[in-house]
Amino acid sequence: MMSSEPSLAPPPALEVENLSLYYDQQVALRNISLAVSAHKVTAFIGPSGCGKSSLLRCFNRMNDLVQGARVRGEIRLGGENIYAPSVDVANLRRRVGMVFQKPNPFPMSVYENVAYGLRLSQRWRRRALDEAVEWALKGAALWDEVKNRLDAPALGLSGGQQQRLVIARAIALKPEVLLLDEPASALDPISTLRIEELINELKSDYTVIIVTHNMQQAARVSDDTAFMYEGEVIEYGSADTLFTNPRHRRTEDYITGRYG
Amino acid sequence: MTILVTGPQGVRAQGRGWVWAGALAVSLCLALVVGLLMLLLTQAAPQFWPRTVYAIDLANPEEPPQTIWAQLWRSEREGAQTRWLLKAGRRESGPDFLYLAQPRSEDVRMPEQVGVWERRAWGDLIGRLLAVYRDGERMAEGERAWPWMLEMLRSAERQHTAIQELKQRRIPRLAATTTPDASAEFLAAEAELRRLQADLDEDQLLIELADGRSILLPAADVVRAYRPNAMAWWEKTFWMLGSVGRFFSEAPREANTEGGVFPAIVGTVLLVFLMTVFVAPLGVLAAIYLHEYARNVWWVRLLRITVHNLAGVPSIVYGVFGLGFFVYGLGGWLDQRLFAENLPNPTFGTGGLLWAALTMALLTLPVVIVATEEGLTRISGSLRQASFALGATQFETLWKVVLPMVRPAMLTGLILAIARAAGEVAPLMLLGVVKLTPELPLDTAMPFFHLERKFMHLGFHLYDVGFQSPHVEAARPLVYAVALLLVLIVIALNLFAVRLRHQLRERYRHLEETPG
Repeated sequence: MMSSEPSLAPPPALEVENLSLYYDQQVALRNISLAVSAHKVTAFIGPSGCGKSSLLRCFNRMNDLVQGARVRGEIRLGGENIYAPSVDVANLRRRVGMVFQKPNPFPMSVYENVAYGLRLSQRWRRRALDEAVEWALKGAALWDEVKNRLDAPALGLSGGQQQRLVIARAIALKPEVLLLDEPASALDPISTLRIEELINELKSDYTVIIVTHNMQQAARVSDDTAFMYEGEVIEYGSADTLFTNPRHRRTEDYITGRYG
Repeated sequence: MTILVTGPQGVRAQGRGWVWAGALAVSLCLALVVGLLMLLLTQAAPQFWPRTVYAIDLANPEEPPQTIWAQLWRSEREGAQTRWLLKAGRRESGPDFLYLAQPRSEDVRMPEQVGVWERRAWGDLIGRLLAVYRDGERMAEGERAWPWMLEMLRSAERQHTAIQELKQRRIPRLAATTTPDASAEFLAAEAELRRLQADLDEDQLLIELADGRSILLPAADVVRAYRPNAMAWWEKTFWMLGSVGRFFSEAPREANTEGGVFPAIVGTVLLVFLMTVFVAPLGVLAAIYLHEYARNVWWVRLLRITVHNLAGVPSIVYGVFGLGFFVYGLGGWLDQRLFAENLPNPTFGTGGLLWAALTMALLTLPVVIVATEEGLTRISGSLRQASFALGATQFETLWKVVLPMVRPAMLTGLILAIARAAGEVAPLMLLGVVKLTPELPLDTAMPFFHLERKFMHLGFHLYDVGFQSPHVEAARPLVYAVALLLVLIVIALNLFAVRLRHQLRERYRHLEETPG
């Protein structure tokens, strides 16, 4: 049914094994197993409602917030099952950062947005916090644009800047994995381009998983790509192979635009 | 409108009729509000304006010719005839108010020397100042007497202040201490009080009444005096501002028909303040629990419906509940536990500020809960998710992200609650509001805030002055003035609430979840 064929060898950052997800009686994900390589960009593509976002939200257990959601199977982060009863969910979410489809900065200043997550875990000296914020904003390629208005409201930034601010907010916690849920779908082409460039830079430090239904985007940014359909992973492999030489009929239909 | 009207049914098809009906309804509402305010304003103004005194010759063939000095209170048409309601200001010799067929204009004069004296008792006196006396000695007469009198009124005012200070502060304080020094001081203070009270009678005014008799009026009995016919319009305006100031700052006199409403304002404000202290945390916490923590199960839905319905329970029902539960139940229990030495006189087991405030808090609880819950609903889920995704717990998300954004909504709810409480009277009548109280619930004696005391309230004051007053005509403008004050307070609070809500929408509009 599915084939896991990670491109090269370092130990996988995330391993999914026999994962199923139910919303009440409805099956959202069916028996998924795959391994996500560290320091690579992995893309999930597929038509609307195929479960790619649901799968992404399993990685930081955001589905816990949905009433009636149940998970079976395992996801291992660094060899540890994140659904084990002993896992501290807040801690897990600090290790697995997430960026949402629509830019959602808090109605605070630029600085406070980045500092928000940092302050949750520990008390900071002012200078150390300043440095951490600067580091995160630089990492998200936003520092040069906002360094003179750190105290300005974040909601005054443009959509693309807001999305990069949200990325800065996530990487400020130095997560191991960064989940991007259609991060550019609400942005204009130029902002999209900047985000894609950023994704390329991020993968040297983080394992990046991106959900998108823009196939060109997936082809441009991802190293590995998984094609999902109706809650199952149909095909998973290196992006080059999947886009140029798909093995499954459905994958071919989708990437050639026959449905979706 | 750029829509093309096609065919004869255009107006109906576009629903333009509804637009007109809506506009009509809105303008009607607006007209009602403006009309109400204008009515209150015009009817209340006479309370403060120094009205002209007319000298009217009464030509009645059956009686000897007679002149009265009176202020025109109201002019009424009855068929072809117009009649005047006049205030003659002579309560000791006859009725204050009298009706008269409108006199011929040659019978009406406006003598400049006639003045009006507002007295501490017996209402206004209208007359002419003949002379002033100090210790029985004539100091001045005629035109020169008026400035003398003004000086006497000022000194009498100072004496009254000194007496008040002695009576209400110094003597009670000295009486409470028992050292020998204090008892000597106490005797001295009492002697001073007696001297001051005797001195009150030293200044006397000789005033001629309209019927030719003259009376001696102690200056200490006079609050203030004016000669309206000799005043220019700007002097009258200043006088009116002064009257409005006194209305706010003085205690009522003469069974509430004269003087100010200061204790009622204090009572209302304290009641509302105390109510806010109770209802704010309770309502906000309840809303947070219902919206953030309680799961959407049948009993939570039932609870929510109950809360919404509580807003519709008649306020007198809350009054009865407050009387039974707070006053007799809790108050009685407190009295037996803590104030047993005062029994059978109740301390907390009778209506008072605390119980009234608690009942009002209960009454306005649904408003706060509903408004806060609405504010919580308006905050988009994506912000909560963003916070959770950064490793925040539910409490951290609530405290750092959600609550700051809900603040305007909470404030809106609170202000609506305050506006409702400020205008509520019925339950208070069971819970300790009184016509007149010598003591304010807030003063300089320990413990400063006297929660068990009875209090005055603007709403009840309105009812009392309007319907329980012995002196209907005199009180009439006062009724309108109190009503105006109450309405203005409520309108101001509501406008404030609307503004806040507007700001909230502006600030967070682009964060609201778009449907679909």
